[in-house]
Amino acid sequence: MEQTWRQAKAAFAAVSAPPIVWLLLFFLVPLAVVWAYSFGVNSGPVTIDFTGTFANYTRALEPLYVGIFWKSLIVATLTTLLCLIVGFPVALAIAFSSPKAKAWLLLLIMLPFWTNLLIRTFALIAVLRENGYVNAILEWMWTHASGLMTLVGLQPLGDFEPLTLLYNNTAVVIGLVYVHLPFMVLPLYSALDRMDRSLMEASLDLGAGHLRTIWSVVVPLAAPGVASGVLITFIPALGAYLTPDLLGGTDSQMIANVIERQFKRANDWPFGAALSFLLMYLTFIAVAVQALVQRRSERRG
Amino acid sequence: MTETAPIQSSAGRQTSSAEDGVIITFENVTKRFAGVTAVDNVNLQIREGEFFALLGPSGCGKTTLLRMLAGFETPTEGRILIDGKDIAALPPNKRPVNMVFQSYAVFPHMKVFDNVAYGLKMEGVDGGEIRRRVEEALELVKLDGYGQRMPDQLSGGQRQRVALARALVKRPRVLLLDEPLSALDAKLRDQMRSELTSLQEKVGITFIMVTHDQDEALAIASRCAVMNRGVLAQVATPADLYEFPNSRFVADFVGSVNMFEGVLDEDEPDHAVVRAPELAAPVYLDHGVTGARGSTVWVALRPEKIEMHKRNGGEPPKMEDAPAGTNVVPGTIRDIVYLGSETNFEIELEGGRRVKTFRSNLTRYDQEDFTWDEPVWLAWHACSPAVLLS
Repeated sequence: MEQTWRQAKAAFAAVSAPPIVWLLLFFLVPLAVVWAYSFGVNSGPVTIDFTGTFANYTRALEPLYVGIFWKSLIVATLTTLLCLIVGFPVALAIAFSSPKAKAWLLLLIMLPFWTNLLIRTFALIAVLRENGYVNAILEWMWTHASGLMTLVGLQPLGDFEPLTLLYNNTAVVIGLVYVHLPFMVLPLYSALDRMDRSLMEASLDLGAGHLRTIWSVVVPLAAPGVASGVLITFIPALGAYLTPDLLGGTDSQMIANVIERQFKRANDWPFGAALSFLLMYLTFIAVAVQALVQRRSERRG
Repeated sequence: MTETAPIQSSAGRQTSSAEDGVIITFENVTKRFAGVTAVDNVNLQIREGEFFALLGPSGCGKTTLLRMLAGFETPTEGRILIDGKDIAALPPNKRPVNMVFQSYAVFPHMKVFDNVAYGLKMEGVDGGEIRRRVEEALELVKLDGYGQRMPDQLSGGQRQRVALARALVKRPRVLLLDEPLSALDAKLRDQMRSELTSLQEKVGITFIMVTHDQDEALAIASRCAVMNRGVLAQVATPADLYEFPNSRFVADFVGSVNMFEGVLDEDEPDHAVVRAPELAAPVYLDHGVTGARGSTVWVALRPEKIEMHKRNGGEPPKMEDAPAGTNVVPGTIRDIVYLGSETNFEIELEGGRRVKTFRSNLTRYDQEDFTWDEPVWLAWHACSPAVLLS
């Protein structure tokens, strides 16, 4: 017989109490405190007066901070878009490979998760820096091309100028795409893997080519997977802290870096709290948009 | 069928390039998957306008054969010809065949209209023509007015009609149907059976259906191929498959049968006699069987072809077309299953072998004639048993 929690209240309470208490104590209460800070002022190095002022929020709406919010949104959107463009073919390839290859390919996608983010980011620095691997390969190609040109009697190329790949916005986007790609590939893969193969065969059977089939049948049917992939890539990318901190230059600050500064060097907790909550509200909007897309596609299919 | 059909295959009824109206030819077609032979050296010709069924148990290779025709699998060996041309090089989207998938594969994100229009759009047919042909196709499958619905607003039967319309609107040379009725409930299945045959007569396109359900194949198809382990066991009309099976496999797979192993005792042009250890009397046949005397053969007797008579001490009944003492054996009723229109009996012969027989309930009191543990005679005509050499 089916039992609902109403029929076993004691057991339900016993099982659910620990997580509820945990969440309350270590998540909701601190969150409420930070929320209260955002309406306070610093009255000393370690004391905050809860005055109920909106001054922190007014300050957060100054062009400087709005600009950083805007920039974070653009970087996160770009990151998500690139992850989608790179991730979709990858997910498609994994979904259509043999069961044995599938397991290995998925493992490859998951592998970076098992390495510390800091180590991965430093590894990326080694790849991208002025005398890093990318530039070394480019230089090798440059000198050989130059040698080849002298060989056929042409003017040799000039000296190799290493590309500046690090400490700018490009580096931040590259780093964010690298870090977040698995978040995009996995939901896409699970959506594509679940798809009824005969739908694709039907499309081919009716005269569509492979690309047309992907565009007209596979992509629309993978829409829920795309939506959840976009969301779980966009949210952490928007709040990214370590990647812009290590790979970015002076103009690559994202909102999380500004927040960190308020809580540490600037020691302005109330303002940091206000910025944090604004970031959270942005995230809520993203989730709401995703839920809307999801509901619409569910109604369709 | 002389009425003008609204949808006809694009080549119409022109004489096809191959002789005798043959539209599809399988030539020594073999398909192996990782060492497993799914289709084994199949030679088969299908003629224009046929409703052809590929019948067999699951895993017999019938679906693989169909998918090779559609282009989703390529033969390991052999050739497949449509209208005399080898189609090996053609990808699925270039073949003059269309398929109705077992799961229907109706695109869930498109309206019914767009589903049916999909194939025409790929051909580059212009808008007005598309609308006209889609509406015609929907009317053909009795879905007129459903164009603006989404597939999830349709029943399973309606979705299948969408799949049918979507394939037929392309005017293929051949329509392929993969287990078309297996996902429908029993009542709808019966209805769709007759609709499929009338649809095929109306459009005049060659239909090839894959099914594991022998009732379905017998009811719908004009010709069937029975497959077993990748090999074509027999290709014949439904009646010939049932009445003249060529092997124990076909006799057993198509319909219900009582099979007895025996030895060919007499074999003349006008009659033959088989002695089966499980039967108390020899089996007399009114035709020769062209087998070696003394060789092992099998006698297949359909349950409805066995007559049952009461045995309370009386003489055995005499079959007018068989000598006395043949084609009659004693037994005892062990099981009775009343099915309304007929009653199925299970009779235990003297050696312990059980035999099935069906008896039509011709009057309302017929079912009271026989009862459990009643001694009976079983008798059959000299033309009823089929003798099988393999």
